[in-house]
Amino acid sequence: MTFRIDKLGLGIGLLAAYGLGSPWATLRANRIVQGEAVGLFAALPLWAAWLVFCVTLAAGAIAILSVRPSTRLAAASVALATVCAGVGSAGGFLLPPDNSYARVSPASGFWILLFAFALLAADAITRMKPRPITRLSYTALAVAAILTFLFLGVWSELSIIKEYSVRADAFWAEAMRHMTLALGSLLAATIAGIPLGVFCERKVGARAIVLNTLNLIQTIPSIALFGMLIGPLAWIAVNVPGAAAAGIRGIGVAPAFVALLLYSILPIVANTVAGLEGVPGATRDAAKGLGMTSTQRLWRVEFPLALPVILTAIRIVLVQNIGLATIAALIGGGGFGTFVFQGLGQMATDLVLLGALPTVALAFVSAVVLDALIETTAAETGGKGAT
Amino acid sequence: MRRWLPLSFRLLLLGALVVFLFWPYSFEPLLKPLVQQNAPAVYNQGSLLALTVQHLVTVLAATAAATVVAIALAVLVTRPFGAEFLPLSRSLVNIGQTFPPVAVLALAVPVFGFGEKPTLIALFLYGLLPIFENTLTGLTNLPRPVMEAARGMGMTGFQRLLRIELPLALPVILAGIRLSAVISLATATIGSTVAAKTLGEVIIAGLQSNNLAFVVQGGLIVGALAVLIYDMLSALEARISATMQAAHG
Repeated sequence: MTFRIDKLGLGIGLLAAYGLGSPWATLRANRIVQGEAVGLFAALPLWAAWLVFCVTLAAGAIAILSVRPSTRLAAASVALATVCAGVGSAGGFLLPPDNSYARVSPASGFWILLFAFALLAADAITRMKPRPITRLSYTALAVAAILTFLFLGVWSELSIIKEYSVRADAFWAEAMRHMTLALGSLLAATIAGIPLGVFCERKVGARAIVLNTLNLIQTIPSIALFGMLIGPLAWIAVNVPGAAAAGIRGIGVAPAFVALLLYSILPIVANTVAGLEGVPGATRDAAKGLGMTSTQRLWRVEFPLALPVILTAIRIVLVQNIGLATIAALIGGGGFGTFVFQGLGQMATDLVLLGALPTVALAFVSAVVLDALIETTAAETGGKGAT
Repeated sequence: MRRWLPLSFRLLLLGALVVFLFWPYSFEPLLKPLVQQNAPAVYNQGSLLALTVQHLVTVLAATAAATVVAIALAVLVTRPFGAEFLPLSRSLVNIGQTFPPVAVLALAVPVFGFGEKPTLIALFLYGLLPIFENTLTGLTNLPRPVMEAARGMGMTGFQRLLRIELPLALPVILAGIRLSAVISLATATIGSTVAAKTLGEVIIAGLQSNNLAFVVQGGLIVGALAVLIYDMLSALEARISATMQAAHG
C-alpha cells in the first residue's frame, strides 16, 4: 500500500514544525511588563515536553500522509488536547514559588500549534460531510472538553485564568449583561421585525421606504449609533414618567440595547419579505383552493415555507449582536467589551483575551447551532414541498 | 425619471459632505442645539478633512490588499493543483465571519502594538472574507457550455482563467469588494480605540467629553461615506455587467 502526500496536510505539518520551534510560553515579572520567551523544552518538565513534541510530530505525519478523515480528526483531537494540557503545565513549572506577581502566558508556539491542529480538525470534519446533528455533537464535545479542562484547573496557573479569578464575580455579571444585550435585542427585533416584514411583503409601497430607512441606519458606525442614542434616551428618562424607574438611562444598557435592536431589524425584515416572496405561486393557489383564509394561509403555509430564510436572518443577527455588544462597554453598557477595553487601556493582553475569547467562542457556537437548525428546517420544508 | 430622485439625493449628500469637510463651521448652527452652553459644536481637536482622508486611505489600503490576496487565494484553490484546499477554505470563510471585528482588532494589538498597524491588519483580515467568498462563488458557478467551448478552442488553463473565468466572475467579485469596503469603513472607526487616526477619534472624543455634536458629526460623515462608496461601486458593477451583456449579446 502506498501513501499519497496531502498538500494541505503538508502545509499543516510545516506549520506545526514551525510552531514546535517557536517560544512556548512567556514569563513576566508582573501582568503588564514585557516578558521573556521560553522554548518548549525549557517551559515544561522534560517528560511533558517530549510528550508534546512526539504527539505533535505524529499528528503532523498523519496530516501529511493521505489517510481517512476520521483518522485525521482523531489525530487532531489528541494533538489539540495534548497541546492545551501542555500549555497549562508550563504555568506550574515556570512560576517561581511564593511569587504572586509573576505571570505565565501561552506564546506564539502554542497559538501556532493550536491553529494548525484546529485547521486539521476543521478540514477533516469538512471532508466527512457530517449531518447537522453530527456537527452539533462535535461542537458539544469540544465545549465539554474545554469546560473539563477549566474545571480540573489545567490552566489555573496561566495569566488569563488569574485575571479571571481576581474578577470572577464581575466576569459572570458582564457575561450575563452581554447575553442579555445580544439575545434580548434579537428577541425584540424578531417580535417587531417579522410583523413588519409581513406588512412590507403585502404593501409594496411601504416596502421601499421601510427597507431604505433601515439600510441607512446600517451605514452609521456602531460606536456613533451607540453614542447618538445617549441624548434621546437621557431626555426620555427625565421627561417620560416611569421611564427612569424602568431602568432607562442616557448611558448604560438602554442605548446599547436600542442600538443593537436598530441594527438587528433590517436583516429580519428583509429576509421575512424574501422568504414570503419565495413561496411558490402554485402553493398559494392550492391553499386558496382549499378554502383557507388569508390568516390560515400565512400561519400554515407561508410561514413554515419561509422559516429557513427567516432563521438565516436570525443567525446573522445573533452572530453580529454578540460581536457588537462588545462596543456597549464604551458607553457604560457592560458586557465582555468591558474587559477588552480595560485590557487595551492597561496594556494587559490577558485581560483583552479574557473579554475577546468568550465573545469569539459564543459567536462561533451560536453560528454552528443555528446553521444546523437552518439546514434541518430547510430539509424538512423541502421534503414537504416535494410530496 | 426613476433614477432622478435618488441621484439628486446622492449629489446633495456629496455636496453637503464636501461643504462640511472644507467649511465645517458653516454647519455650526445645526449642531449648536446638540451641545451644552460653551461646549464646541464643531470638532476642534484636529482637522475633520485630514481625519477623513486618513480614514479613507486606511480603508483603501486594507481593501486593496485584501482584494489582491483574496482573489489570488480563490484562484489557487479553484485550480486542479489546489483542489485539496477547496473544502477547507469554504469552511474557513464561514468560521472567519463569525469572528467579531472588535475581537479581531483587540487580538491584533498584543501582536502588532497600538496605532495604525493593528487596524490595518484587522481590516485586511476581515476584508478578505467577503471577497474570497464571492470570488469562489463566481469561479465555481461558471456556465458549463462556455467553459467547454473555451477548452474546445484549445485555450490553455491560464488563458481560460484570464479571458473567460475572471471576466465572467467579475460582477460577483466586485460585489464582494463593495461589501468588504463598506464593512471596513465602519470597522475602521473602532480602530480609534487602539489609537489609529480615523474618524472614530471624533466619535470617541464626543463620548469622552459628553459632546453629542461630535458623536453625530463623526457618525454622519462615516455614514455618508458608506452610502456614497456603496452607490459608486454599485454603479460601477451595473456598468460592467451592462458592457458584458452587450459584448455577449
